[in-house]
Amino acid sequence: MARGTAATGRKGRREAASAPPPRSSLAEGVRAGDSLSVARAISLAEDRSPEGAALLADLAPSTGRAHRIGVTGPPGAGKSTLVNGLARLMLDGGRTVGIIAVDPTSPFTGGALLGDRVRMQGAAGDPRVFIRSMASRGDLGGLAAAAQDACDVLDAAGKDRIVMETVGVGQTEVEVAGAADTVVVILHPEAGDGVQAMKAGLMEVADVFVVNKADREGADRLVQDVLDVLELRRAAPGDGWRPPVLKTVASTGEGLPALLASVEEHAARSRASGSFDRRRRGRVRSRIRDLVEESLRARVLGAGGDALEGLVDEVVAGRESPRGAALRLLRRVTGGREPGSDHGWRR
Amino acid sequence: MTERRIRVLICKPGLDGHDRGAKVVAASLRDAGMEVVYTGLRQTPEMVVETAIQEDVDAVGLSLHSAAHMTIFPRVLKLLRKRKADHILLTGGGIIPDEDRRELEEMGVGRLFGPGATSEEIVQYITAEVGRRRAAARAGA
Ligand SMILES: Nc1nc2c(ncn2[C@@H]2O[C@H](COP(=O)(O)OP(=O)(O)O)[C@@H](O)[C@H]2O)c(=O)[nH]1
Ligand SMILES: [Mg+2]
Repeated sequence: MARGTAATGRKGRREAASAPPPRSSLAEGVRAGDSLSVARAISLAEDRSPEGAALLADLAPSTGRAHRIGVTGPPGAGKSTLVNGLARLMLDGGRTVGIIAVDPTSPFTGGALLGDRVRMQGAAGDPRVFIRSMASRGDLGGLAAAAQDACDVLDAAGKDRIVMETVGVGQTEVEVAGAADTVVVILHPEAGDGVQAMKAGLMEVADVFVVNKADREGADRLVQDVLDVLELRRAAPGDGWRPPVLKTVASTGEGLPALLASVEEHAARSRASGSFDRRRRGRVRSRIRDLVEESLRARVLGAGGDALEGLVDEVVAGRESPRGAALRLLRRVTGGREPGSDHGWRR
Repeated sequence: MTERRIRVLICKPGLDGHDRGAKVVAASLRDAGMEVVYTGLRQTPEMVVETAIQEDVDAVGLSLHSAAHMTIFPRVLKLLRKRKADHILLTGGGIIPDEDRRELEEMGVGRLFGPGATSEEIVQYITAEVGRRRAAARAGA
């Protein structure tokens, strides 16, 4: 299996069209739940490689069964500890589990320290669990896409429950966990968490709230703060689901059975009411949009890569406007025709 | 798109001691631009290999400070081969006598670093060796 063979979008499409045989055996391996195949498939998807795109197309008919649970919250809230505990309870209930744990990439070196497994050793030892650590790679949108694709791979591999852990600090990370069927937001009773969470937009995406570290002082206070904020929020349209606020001690497992019950209830209720389908449609819609954007960008900048610097010269010299330059690049892929959105900008 | 980042798994198998040394190495590999999966203490060889496979790493670095190197390295190597995952570089460090080191390297374990090794040496070795293996895999594919 060739690895690290990065290709531009244009070259890739040609490669994908010739459908090399190893790809279908890889898809078979994924469907059979073979770790090596699942792991490689996630890497291909994560690298946004053309091989990965073709593989995901092969796997598409096998996806859609798993329930996806996003877990997000501030660093140190106890997310990994809680995901580990939840996974073990799910296993006890006869489910198979996939976990995607996202940690930030250093903006300075591009490297990342992915340490969520330290708190997931209990679940990691079980053969019915597949855990993948993922670096955010600092590329907006790219992470969301990669995490969704990785979920698709785990889904096709037959995992019943897929949990995505992300740090709820930036908009992108929140979006990643937010693109789940059920979203769990974890807070803990340490300075300013509730406020922080509201700033990051966490309060809006939650289906279930958890106040973890309930063994620490201030937990009841935080529960009350969250309830106060929820008072102001309208009930969810459609099924009238009101996010419960649950207390847990992830490190001992206290409160986790109630949390799992709540997650399962949300899963059942949202499926029955149609809000599950609505949400999934919305997610697919934005994934398609993102992919169109991504491939258009690759085509335009790939084709006009050399031209770009020339256009920069012209704009800097005042002979061209940035928008005019962009349109000239776009025309290269639209075959000279004007792209639809440039009305009024024709020069 | 650029070449895939090097992914490394850093583990501290066995029951002994602290993991300060492993953490220092993990941080320096991250600072060199690698994605480092860190699992902490008390990993069995089976867990190390399963984690390496799931995380699709290029290299596994084991930090050993007990005398268990002559059992753990061969066991991990054997399991990697059994699982068809021996494209993964197995390296590591600890207080390992030259004689044992040679024997392990002959078995197919990568370079083993003593306590005096610098982060730069480790980074350089992993970068070069993974690069070589990737090139070989591409040529063979
Ligand atoms: N006191 C207490 N500590 C906890 C609890 N849950 C997790 N921790 C600890 O909080 C720290 C951060 O946990 P971790 O799961 O890594 O948090 P994450 O960064 O949100 O993934 C670890 O030292 C955990 O052992 C809890 O319920 N109570
Ligand atoms: Mg974590």
